[in-house]
Amino acid sequence: MLKNAWLIPLLPAISSVLILAVGKRLPGKGHEIGIGALGLGFLGSLVCAAEWIGKSTEGGHREAVTAHATWIKLAGVDIGAGIHIDGLAVMMLVVVTFISLLVHVYSMGYMHGDRRYTYFFAALSLFTASMLLLVVADNTLQLMIGWELVGLCSFMLIGHWWEEGVNSSAAIKAMMTTRFGDVGLMIGVIILFFAAGRNFNIEHLNHEALTGGISHGLLLAGAACLFLGVMGKSAQFPLHVWLPDAMAGPTPVSALIHAATMVVAGVYLVARTYGVFFEGFSIHSGGINLVALIGGITVLMAAGLAFVQDDVKKVLAYSTVSQLGYMVMALGCGAWTAGVFHLFTHAFFKALLFLGSGSLIHAVHSNNMSEMGGLRKFMPTTYKTFVIGSLALAGIFPLAGFWSKDEILNGARANEFGLFMVVGIVGAFMTAAYMTRACYLIFAGEYRGHGHPHESPPSMKWPLVILSVPAALAGLLNAPFIGVFHKWVEFDVPGAPEILHEHAFNFPLAIASSAVAVLGATIAYRAYAHNAWPRGAMARTPALAAGYRILVNKYYLDELFVNGIVRKIQYPIAGFAYWVNQHVIDGIVNGFGTNSRKVANFVYDNIDQKGVDGLVNGAGAGAEAGGRSLRRTQTGQVQQYAAYLFGAAAVLAVGLVVLT
Amino acid sequence: MLNQFLMLAAVIFCIGVYGVLARKNAVLVLMSIELMLNAVNINLIAFGAFRDNVIGQVFALFVIAIAAAEVGVGLAIVLLIFRNRANIDLDQADLMKG
Repeated sequence: MLKNAWLIPLLPAISSVLILAVGKRLPGKGHEIGIGALGLGFLGSLVCAAEWIGKSTEGGHREAVTAHATWIKLAGVDIGAGIHIDGLAVMMLVVVTFISLLVHVYSMGYMHGDRRYTYFFAALSLFTASMLLLVVADNTLQLMIGWELVGLCSFMLIGHWWEEGVNSSAAIKAMMTTRFGDVGLMIGVIILFFAAGRNFNIEHLNHEALTGGISHGLLLAGAACLFLGVMGKSAQFPLHVWLPDAMAGPTPVSALIHAATMVVAGVYLVARTYGVFFEGFSIHSGGINLVALIGGITVLMAAGLAFVQDDVKKVLAYSTVSQLGYMVMALGCGAWTAGVFHLFTHAFFKALLFLGSGSLIHAVHSNNMSEMGGLRKFMPTTYKTFVIGSLALAGIFPLAGFWSKDEILNGARANEFGLFMVVGIVGAFMTAAYMTRACYLIFAGEYRGHGHPHESPPSMKWPLVILSVPAALAGLLNAPFIGVFHKWVEFDVPGAPEILHEHAFNFPLAIASSAVAVLGATIAYRAYAHNAWPRGAMARTPALAAGYRILVNKYYLDELFVNGIVRKIQYPIAGFAYWVNQHVIDGIVNGFGTNSRKVANFVYDNIDQKGVDGLVNGAGAGAEAGGRSLRRTQTGQVQQYAAYLFGAAAVLAVGLVVLT
Repeated sequence: MLNQFLMLAAVIFCIGVYGVLARKNAVLVLMSIELMLNAVNINLIAFGAFRDNVIGQVFALFVIAIAAAEVGVGLAIVLLIFRNRANIDLDQADLMKG
C-alpha cells in the first residue's frame, strides 16, 4: 500500500468529479460518494500506517518509500509527479482522511437542505484531494500545485454562501492574503530549484542543504521566501488576518481548514523542507531566528485577541492562529518532532471544538456567545465533548494538548531558546484562560438566546463522540516511557548528518506549565463565575481601557493594511488608471471611431454608390440595350434564318477558297 | 466527264436554295429541299463512280432514306399548320418573332 499511496489523493479527486457529474441524481444528493471515497481513503491510510510501523528499522531509520512518474524531461530537468511516503506523510494521510471523513459525515446533518448541497460535497472532496496531493508530493512543483488547489478550494468553501456580501469578501480576503504569501513561495521554489542543481526533488533538496551543497546565502533567501508562503497559509503574524474572517464559511469547512487542510499546509511545508530552514535560518545556533520569532509573536498576539471575541467561532479561530504559532515556534526552535506532534494532536481537538461549535450554532442559530449560556442542560453530548476539547487545547494533564505543548516547551528549553519557552508558558496561561471564558459563557448560567435549543442529530453528534477519543488520548503516543511517535515520525535524510535530538521528559517544566494552565483557568473561572472581576477597573484605569480597545480592533492591523498599504497603492493606481482611461484609451477609442466613420462615408459615397452600384446597374443596362438591338434580327421568319445560314456558309466557302 | 455531273448538281442545288429561300408555299419549300438533297446525291454518286468505289452509292442510299423520313415529318407539320391557320404561307408563320 505504501508504494500505491498515490491512490489516497486520487480517491477524493475522483469522488469530487463523480459528485459533480451524477451527485444530484442520487438519493443522498452526492454525500454517499464523498463519504465512501473518504472511508476507503482512511482505510488505505491506516494500512499505510500499519505498514510503515511494521517496516524494518535497519540502520536506525525506516526508509522512505518513493515512486515517481516523469512527465517531461527537458535539458536534464525532470518534471513529473511522485510520492514520498515517510512517517510525516503517513501521519498527515491518517489525520487528513480521518478528519475529512468525519467532516463529511457531520456535513450531512449540518448542511441538510442547503441549496448547494451537492456542490458543497464536491468542493469538500476536492479540498481533501488537494491537501493529500500536497502531502504525498516528492517534489516542490507538485507540492505547489496542491498548495494552490488548497487555496482555491478554501476560497470556494469560505464563500459558499456568497449571496451575502460579507461571506464573499471574506473569501476574497482569504484568497488575496494567502496569494500574497504564495508569491514568496513561488520565488522560493524557483530559488531552491536552481540552488539544488536544477532539481525539484525535496529529499535531494534537504540532502544538499544539510551537507553544505548549497551556499548559506542562497538557503537563507530560499527559506525566507518559502516562509512568506508559510506565513500566508498558516496564518502567521502579520498575515493571519484572513483566518478569523474565514469563519464566514460553513462550520464543517472551518473545522476542515483549521484541523486538517489549508492552515497546516504551511507547517507541513516547513517540516517537509526542514533542511532548508534549519540551515538557512541557522536554527542549530539557538537564540532568536525569524521562524521562532514569528511563531512566538503569533502565539501571544492571537491568544490576546481570543479574549475579546463574542463569536464562538472567532475565539476558536484565534486559538488556531495561536496554536499554529506554537507549531511554527517549535519548528523554529529545532523541536521538529514536537511541532509535528502538536500538529497531530491539535488536528483532533480543534476539529472536535469546531464541530462542537457547529453543533451549538445549529442549536441556537447564532454565532454569538452572548446569545448562548446554560447550554449544558440542553446539549449534554456537545457539552461533554466540547469540554474535553477545551481541556485538551488548554493543555491539562493527561489530554492530548498537554503532551504536545509540553514537548514544545521542553524542546525550546533544551535547544537554548529560553525566550520562547517563556512565550510558550505565557501562551499556555492565556489559552487556558480564554477557553475557560468561552466554556463558561456557552454552557454555564442561564440561556440568553431565543427559541428552544436542542441536541443535534446523530450525524453531527457521533463525529463529536468519535473525535473526543483521539482528542483525549492522542497525546499518549509520545508520552514518556510509552511514547513511540518520535520513532514513527522522524526527520531523516539518508546520507545527511542527524540534526534532531530527542530530549528526556522534563518533569519540573511539565508541572510548571500545568500549574500555569490551571492557574489561568481558575482566574478566568473566578472572574466570570464569582464576579471576582474588579468592577469598573476598565473605567478607572486608562491603560486597561486602551488595551481593551487595541484588542477589540485587532491591533489595528486590518486598518494598517487597508489604509496604510492597500489605499496608498490603490488610490494612485486608480487615479492613474482613470487618467489613462479618459485620455489615452478613450482618445484611442474615440479617434478610432471618428476615423472609421470618415473612411466609411468616403467608401459609401465613392466606392459603393459610384463603383459597385455603377457596375451592377451598368451590367443591367448593357444587357437591356444589347437585347433591344438583337431583338430586330429575331423575326420569326424561318426563310430569313435560312438565308443567314446560307449566307454564312457562302462566306465561309469563299474564305476557304481564298485561303487555300 | 465529271465536270458535267458537278455542274448539273450545282445547278439543281442552286434551284433548290432559291426555292427554299424565296417560295411562300411550305410544300414547295419541302420540294426544294428534296432538290438540294438530290443534287448532293448526284455529287456523291458521280464521285463514287469516278473514284471507282461504292461508298458514294452507300451514302446516297442513306440520304434517300433520311430524305423520305424528313419529308414524312415535314408534311405532317405542314398538315398541322394548315389545320390551324387554313393556309400554308411561311411568311405568316412567325409566332417566334421577338
